[in-house]
Amino acid sequence: MSERSPKIPAPAEDAESEPRPGRVRKPIGWSTIIIAVLVAVSAALVWRRDGTDGVLDILTHDLSLFSGILPRVLAGCLLGAFISEILPHEKVSRSLGPKSGLMGLLIGTAFGAILPGGPFTAYPVASALLAVGADFGATIAMVVSWTLIGYGRAVAWEIPIMGTDFTLWRIVISLPLPVLAGALGRFVYVRLYPKRASDEDAA
Amino acid sequence: MSAALLIDILLWGSVLGVGLIAFRRGPPVFKASLREGSMDFINIVPRIALGVIGSGYIAAIIPQEMITGWLGPDSGWLGVATAVVAGAATPGGPVIGFSIGTVALKSGGGMPQVVAYVVAWALFAFQRVILWEIPFMPARFVWFRCAVSVPFPFVAAAIAMVIGKP
Repeated sequence: MSERSPKIPAPAEDAESEPRPGRVRKPIGWSTIIIAVLVAVSAALVWRRDGTDGVLDILTHDLSLFSGILPRVLAGCLLGAFISEILPHEKVSRSLGPKSGLMGLLIGTAFGAILPGGPFTAYPVASALLAVGADFGATIAMVVSWTLIGYGRAVAWEIPIMGTDFTLWRIVISLPLPVLAGALGRFVYVRLYPKRASDEDAA
Repeated sequence: MSAALLIDILLWGSVLGVGLIAFRRGPPVFKASLREGSMDFINIVPRIALGVIGSGYIAAIIPQEMITGWLGPDSGWLGVATAVVAGAATPGGPVIGFSIGTVALKSGGGMPQVVAYVVAWALFAFQRVILWEIPFMPARFVWFRCAVSVPFPFVAAAIAMVIGKP
């Protein structure tokens, strides 16, 4: 699915197979550079407006936030790594791959809805699914389902702040969206990258 | 906060669960995933650090009043469209996003517009995309997913218009 998928060896039926080689990540990409520039400009503007104290206030607050998040990021990374190791490649590409149809989108949706944790789990796990053979459509359904009908953020933030009535109503409205988004994703993907899509069919 | 504790318990419980399954497949599988997960973590920490520590500055220069202003009383599709832009532009975490939604509801914003705002924020708030999604996922997937998601706050608003208030 992604550029690195050809590097993943052919799926093996048995669980005793060699572990996959580590997924390759570029340490610094252009998006990191954009964020760094954005942060630097924002920090400079804060400094001009509020002086050094303003800059330090935000820094200490965000540093404590960061140290609180770190263990969860580790948990998310481990979850993603374990899932990509224990899920059989063959089965994933059959039930979540390009040819999985509506069922694949529904499985992706259900998976996103029950996934515990926040962005620190959803994205590593979604990335793991992509790596073991899920297509863009099913992965989009999963990510959209996690963000719109997952219970984590709703219980922790939305219900306390916006109220139970609004939250439940909003979730009911959102119920069809993950499958629709996944279907649209698949529809566009096949037309945008016809060659890649047919490669995956052949695989 | 108890909700945060509950989430942590569920999260680490899931890690233990899948870890156990991996361990029963044999120690090499377990060790390999442990190593891979730790390497992912080490690679991702600098980017998360940049995002989390930097996001406070980005939030500080985008005043909340500006976002709230976009969620004004305009009740038609133009209001929905501005709500979608406001959702994408909202800096900060869930507290800020949902608080703005609540303020908009209390100050007379229409239900479909507030739904569109919350859904757009959930789907593609720029800060979550650059802080969380891009570090963890292939960039090509992220842009594709965001582009494909654009119609759905409008779909949600349309459903809200049809089925009415809760």
